Amino acid sequence: MNIIVCIKQVPAKDAPLSIAGNWIRESDIGFEMNEPDSYALEEALRLKEKHGGEVIALSMGPERVKQTIKEALAKGADRGIHIADDNFAQLDPLGSAKSIAAAIKQQKHDLVLTGLQSDDKGFGQTGVLLASVLDVPHATIIMAIEVDGQKMRLKRELEAGWFQHIECPLPAVLSIQSGINKVRYATLKGIMAAKKKEITTIARESLGVSAELTQKVEKIYVPTKTKKTEFLTGTPKEVASKLVEKLKFEARVI
Amino acid sequence: MKILVIAEQRQGKWNNTSFETLAAAQQIAKDTSSAVSALVIGKGVVGLADELAAKNVAEVLLVQHDLLEAYTPDGYCMALSQVIASAKPELVLFPHTYQVRDFAPKLAAMLGKGMIGDCVGYRNEGGKLVFVRQMFQGKTAADVTFQGAAPWFASFQAGAFRSDLVAAHPSGKAPVNLVTVDLKPEQIRTKPLDLFKEAKSAVDLTQAPLIVAIGRGIKAPENIPQAEALAKALGGEIAASRPICDEGWLPMERQIGSSGQTVAPKLYLALGISGAIQHVVGMKGARTIVAINKDQNAPIFEIADYGVVGDIFEIMPALTEALEKAK
Repeated sequence: MNIIVCIKQVPAKDAPLSIAGNWIRESDIGFEMNEPDSYALEEALRLKEKHGGEVIALSMGPERVKQTIKEALAKGADRGIHIADDNFAQLDPLGSAKSIAAAIKQQKHDLVLTGLQSDDKGFGQTGVLLASVLDVPHATIIMAIEVDGQKMRLKRELEAGWFQHIECPLPAVLSIQSGINKVRYATLKGIMAAKKKEITTIARESLGVSAELTQKVEKIYVPTKTKKTEFLTGTPKEVASKLVEKLKFEARVI
Repeated sequence: MKILVIAEQRQGKWNNTSFETLAAAQQIAKDTSSAVSALVIGKGVVGLADELAAKNVAEVLLVQHDLLEAYTPDGYCMALSQVIASAKPELVLFPHTYQVRDFAPKLAAMLGKGMIGDCVGYRNEGGKLVFVRQMFQGKTAADVTFQGAAPWFASFQAGAFRSDLVAAHPSGKAPVNLVTVDLKPEQIRTKPLDLFKEAKSAVDLTQAPLIVAIGRGIKAPENIPQAEALAKALGGEIAASRPICDEGWLPMERQIGSSGQTVAPKLYLALGISGAIQHVVGMKGARTIVAINKDQNAPIFEIADYGVVGDIFEIMPALTEALEKAK
């Protein structure tokens, strides 16, 4: 079973963001693997361990995203594909999906996995759009995958504590829900082995995809506050007693 | 402009965020001198169409087919793309539900269009609609516009608009128009099976008046007893944001947010929770929100009544002690 996992590199969780127009100043911060995608990678590795085949880690972006591909290789992915585009932050979800789909089509594969959404733009559309462009079935917010020949039995999470089983033929695209598994760490052996693994770089322009915008992020900004927050300051002890006072006599909730 | 709201039902029951989106559509219509239609899709949903017709809409589109009885992304996309081609709305609005996330981007893509998902608001800038959504886990807002010709697709986050503001029909009832769609079984590639709930959760957080919730800031499972001690001193329940339950540090039934429970307690004490949208939609209805976080720019402070910028590991024990003393 050959699985392609789409992995995005996003600003590190604690990175201080400095806004520059409709994106952020990238030079100031560190980047890391998009956490929801790490669950998709883990699921791919588990499926490979069970059913054989190979796991391809695919990521789009500037040179820096190779580091994230290397991390996936260290965890056990067999090879990597880097769709190189310095300007990829300006793509919209459909343009991204068309580009990724074009690169995926060049690879023999049975299954494509994505995370649920990215922690940067958070559109959460890549998986669904990939399936649409590749013309294969899809399912999202997946909590369990059982492969049975040419079809899968999936557990989808719905809202308010509901779930649903669905049956889906292969090939397909699945968006994996965070928390589906416990993500592994790369071992030293894995990190060493990754050095010998291949990363193929494809220039995004060479894919011949028109990425005309269907929507445009005009600008990003710090949201305006809707509520007036009263900040309490002092030593932990002072803060604690102030807060108890407030909750008791002002908010009257305790 | 013609605005079409795709309302959501499952097994004959509304997803209530549909009415929030209808309220949004009515407001946009007022701002832009547009007309709103509403659509219900499924099988045996005539009663639901009648309910929609009692709202202030120009018409209700009723899309029924045997193959639409259970939701499938293929069935919904095939049917709705036909309806959109014939009804020709300029703006198609959805509630941002799990189901919409599952099919709406594909529906838009089938028509060569994009979808601005998970919007929290909009602005009318001289006739041009600007949609506002969050990015970077709520740390920034973004103004997003459609490029190219209509139809345009957008979804609104739960809680972005108020369903109780939906205007009723001025003269009784809007016409309900049945739209026939052509679907074949082989076009539907996935097969929906049983719907189920996992073991009934032992704790119903929706009934808890006082909640202490922990997020990533708790750092390790061995720190959770400190938060539990605080919850005990307060007489409240312990809860968490998704990552904590994903890690298995607290059971899933203690999760607050879009994939967990939605609560509106008297007091919500958020410890080391950054305030990502997925969490905030589950708790922003709390009467009093207290946020304690080391990052003064954490989005949770945007909705907090009381904020403390500081180390939860210093404040938790101090607060536990102060609460014990105040008893």
